[in-house]
Amino acid sequence: MRFGARLALAVITLVVTVTACGTPRSSDSRAHTTADCGPYARYGEHPGTEVTVYAENRDREADLFEETWAAFADCTGIDVQYEGDGEFEARIQLRVDGGNAPDVAFFPQPGLLERFAKAGRLKPASAGVVALAKQGWSADWNGYATVDGTLYGTPLVANVKSLVWYSPRFFRDRGLSVPRTWSELMAVTEKVAASGVKPWCAGIESAEATGWPVTDWIEEVLLRQQGTDVYDQWVAHEIPFNDPRVIRAMDTVGSVLKNDRYANGGFGPARSMASISFQEAGTPVLSGDCAMHRQASFYADLWPKGTEIGPDGDVHTFLLPGADRTSRPVLGGGVFTAAFADRPEVRAFQEYLATADFANARMKKGPFVSANRGVDPANAATPVDRLSIQLLQDPRTQFRFDGSDLMPASVGAGTFWRGAVDWIGGASTRQVADSVERSWPEN
Amino acid sequence: MSFDAVAQQPKLMYLLQGLAAFAAVVSVILLALHRAPVRRRAAALILLAPALLLLTVGLLLPGLRTLALSFTDDGGDTWAGLDNYVWMVTDPRALVVLRNTLAWVVLVPSLTTAVGLLYAGAVVRSRFRTFALSLLLMPMAISFVGAGVVWKFVYAYRPAAVEQIGLLNRLVVAFGGEPRQWLVDSPWNVMFLIVAMVWTQAGFAAVLLAGAIRAVPGELTEAARLDGASPRQIFWRITVPSIRPTLLVVVLAQAIGTFKAFDIVKTMTGGQFGTGVIAHEMYDQAFRYGETGRGAALAVVLFLLVTPFVAHQVRARRRTG
Amino acid sequence: MTCVRERLASRAFTAIAVVIAVLWTTPTLGVLLSSFRPEEEIRTTGWWSVFGTPRLTLDNYAEVLSGGGNGSGRLAEHFVNSVVIALPSVLFPLVLAFLAAYALAWVDFRGRDALVVGIFALQIVPLQMALVPLLKLFSEGWLFLPAWHLTGPARFGQVWFAHTVFALPFAVFLLHNVLAGLPRDLIEAARVDGASHGTLLLRIVLPLARPALVTFAVIQFIWVWNDLLVALTLSGGTAETAPMTVGLVSLAGTYGNEWQRLTAGAFVAASVPLLVFLSLRRHFARGLLAGSVKG
Repeated sequence: MRFGARLALAVITLVVTVTACGTPRSSDSRAHTTADCGPYARYGEHPGTEVTVYAENRDREADLFEETWAAFADCTGIDVQYEGDGEFEARIQLRVDGGNAPDVAFFPQPGLLERFAKAGRLKPASAGVVALAKQGWSADWNGYATVDGTLYGTPLVANVKSLVWYSPRFFRDRGLSVPRTWSELMAVTEKVAASGVKPWCAGIESAEATGWPVTDWIEEVLLRQQGTDVYDQWVAHEIPFNDPRVIRAMDTVGSVLKNDRYANGGFGPARSMASISFQEAGTPVLSGDCAMHRQASFYADLWPKGTEIGPDGDVHTFLLPGADRTSRPVLGGGVFTAAFADRPEVRAFQEYLATADFANARMKKGPFVSANRGVDPANAATPVDRLSIQLLQDPRTQFRFDGSDLMPASVGAGTFWRGAVDWIGGASTRQVADSVERSWPEN
Repeated sequence: MSFDAVAQQPKLMYLLQGLAAFAAVVSVILLALHRAPVRRRAAALILLAPALLLLTVGLLLPGLRTLALSFTDDGGDTWAGLDNYVWMVTDPRALVVLRNTLAWVVLVPSLTTAVGLLYAGAVVRSRFRTFALSLLLMPMAISFVGAGVVWKFVYAYRPAAVEQIGLLNRLVVAFGGEPRQWLVDSPWNVMFLIVAMVWTQAGFAAVLLAGAIRAVPGELTEAARLDGASPRQIFWRITVPSIRPTLLVVVLAQAIGTFKAFDIVKTMTGGQFGTGVIAHEMYDQAFRYGETGRGAALAVVLFLLVTPFVAHQVRARRRTG
Repeated sequence: MTCVRERLASRAFTAIAVVIAVLWTTPTLGVLLSSFRPEEEIRTTGWWSVFGTPRLTLDNYAEVLSGGGNGSGRLAEHFVNSVVIALPSVLFPLVLAFLAAYALAWVDFRGRDALVVGIFALQIVPLQMALVPLLKLFSEGWLFLPAWHLTGPARFGQVWFAHTVFALPFAVFLLHNVLAGLPRDLIEAARVDGASHGTLLLRIVLPLARPALVTFAVIQFIWVWNDLLVALTLSGGTAETAPMTVGLVSLAGTYGNEWQRLTAGAFVAASVPLLVFLSLRRHFARGLLAGSVKG
């Protein structure tokens, strides 16, 4: 009978002992490095504070971020807790719904940022960030982080999407020159196809995001055929998704990507691109089974180890040409910082991220592109990054943001991507464009 | 950054504290029980209180909240009536999701149980019984992330010209066929996901059924054998009918599990190429697209679909009991 | 004559068993072999080519276990987290469900049967939809409950809580089946001797229910160990508190192109559940049966 009582007493004694000696010790033994703290004096001292950062970058990119702001963290005393999550787009909603939002998030899509800004979850940028934003970026770029006239953050990363990767040797051997206009591009395409090699390779498999490389293609061509005004109207849904001009752009893309003569080089019929991951889609360029691969600047990271990039290397890039030699439309993407909290240390961190100093420091560590005006192309880690920065800083460039990232997520990250998959799989242009138009949310 | 053993100490300390605190709670419950006279409702209350409290907070209220959300739009801000349900039965993609879910629920339990039954029947009298059963159980120990990799090496597609890295296409090519995109071509890709699901579940069914078969009285089968029945006849006419209750339990448990299947779809296709199922689509709608109302409505439908199976299982249990 | 037929039939059975066993193990075997192959070969040739030109390496394991940085290398740290998460997440629901199941089986009160069905029915609430309210509870408090405001290792508490809640319906159901099937005479006899519920619970019911408890523990352990959704949502996601599965997912890199690392990572992660499975195999099956059909 006493058994239960004795057991209980023993356990309670144990609890008391354990909790008594288990009081957690404070662990602020973080040693100040010998780094020069002069540049960080303006952010003030915030000893013992913590800023949580949530983004989709993992692995090496996460390391490079952490290394870049390590000095900032040491000098200001802020403990920057970084969390990278491949499921960022879905889980940021879950965390915000659950009241567990990070202090700072890196939004890869302005559309997503807008959703949280409209819901009143994000904190408007501080005066310091606004000043840095005006100084560092064009009105276009700041516009992507602005919702109803309020700026919420600054661009962090920029991607130039309008690049075509090719093998300089392949072009030299066949006497091809880099095309400067759309019709030259099509001439090169036809010439390569006539020689028995499928000129284009592409892969669109990307788990939940499968299809996005095709939507990039459609946006590129629409931008080139109709110019920036129509493109902007289409993205903002001022003209319907299935406008005849969009249909025309899609059909132009289809004449390349859905054409078994032109694609999918190194992988088989055009339809095969649904099974090929975007990460491995460019590799046939190296073996000469495919002449050209249109993919963003970050693809530099995805070539097999040891691939040399540059005019004399294994692969190089040219700008996907516009209608004529003078026009220079560039499609791109980017990542934006935004804060869910406005504590002083969060402000300080967001301000630091908005400086050209941060961008330059990050670029010195490894591949990275920023659209900040104060970025020095000489700091770029690769020739492609340098080209991207020059393009972004060139006043003649007509830069436009990836439309699918600006549309409501249920379209831009939903029906448009899925429609693109169906389309590659054989569905007609009209059918796909109509179904995306029908899926557009009403408000 | 290499492994820092010292940094792990606070965690282990916290683990000890957590366990100790829990032990204290349980001790208090036991002490209270020790005082409480037998056959009193108070005793039941004391014993049930922790579980009921947790269930209310963690499942019951969230369930009711989901039900309420399913009639709203814009993350619960505006009343939407039945809009979300109308969307579900009119949107072509949502209909594909419903169709797939039905296919899963019909095929996964039946295939799993069939494989488990045949396997259990074959190995149950063998000397290598435990070893054989562990082979089938192995997939259960591998996480769904791991299973995603495992099946990548089965379904991977490479062009005909180069070497295949996927086993299935390697076999197809070996027999002179063209490599196929198993996970892309709808609607067959749904079948290939179902195969992966069956792969993870069959061991469970086999273990249960093997146990049931062993419990069939030896006199029954022995008598049949003396009467000249073949092993196959014994299996189908004696063994299977005797383990019917277990079969039912296995099928129902599989069906309930299948409705909630999320990870396989997520790791293998992400719901692309028309392979979505309710449990996965619900997550995408509620979080990826910020359509909380639609996600909630899908959850409610899932709830309604599972209910008959659960009711049946409770009844099946009563009957066997 | 019958003898021949018998042998043929049992041979057919054996053949089926062998086919199934081969089908079930080959995919895993392929990944196991791949995990010892150099990255370049994993990507370009099938795992079966290892039989032709065996070039094996432990590089993948070395990188996954002790490489540096966010992507690789922290599996050792995540391993500790997994252990810290798994032990209470198995123990808590086990004990609470055992107490509840005892009450539902052996304490008479009105509405008992309805309660059993109700608890079991809660199994239907989709986990994905319960996560937001739980997060709310931890971060803001909810209804009458205060916020938890947990940081650092204390985040483990949230994960324990969630796993305990999600496990309860099945645990109560399984254990109730077992306890309700215990011989009535035994319990009654002890009661006549004046045993309290506490004594009954610990001295008589507990030993008898052991196989079922082991079974539930194994199932729950494997579930918790392999869980990704709860971990990603509630553990905080950093190497400080996130379990193996989270580490495993991030092994693939930002662009998901480093999936060859997963071959080794998957086996490192699966090693513990495999060991648990193999060592407790016998108890596992016995308890499950007791739960479902009661011998």
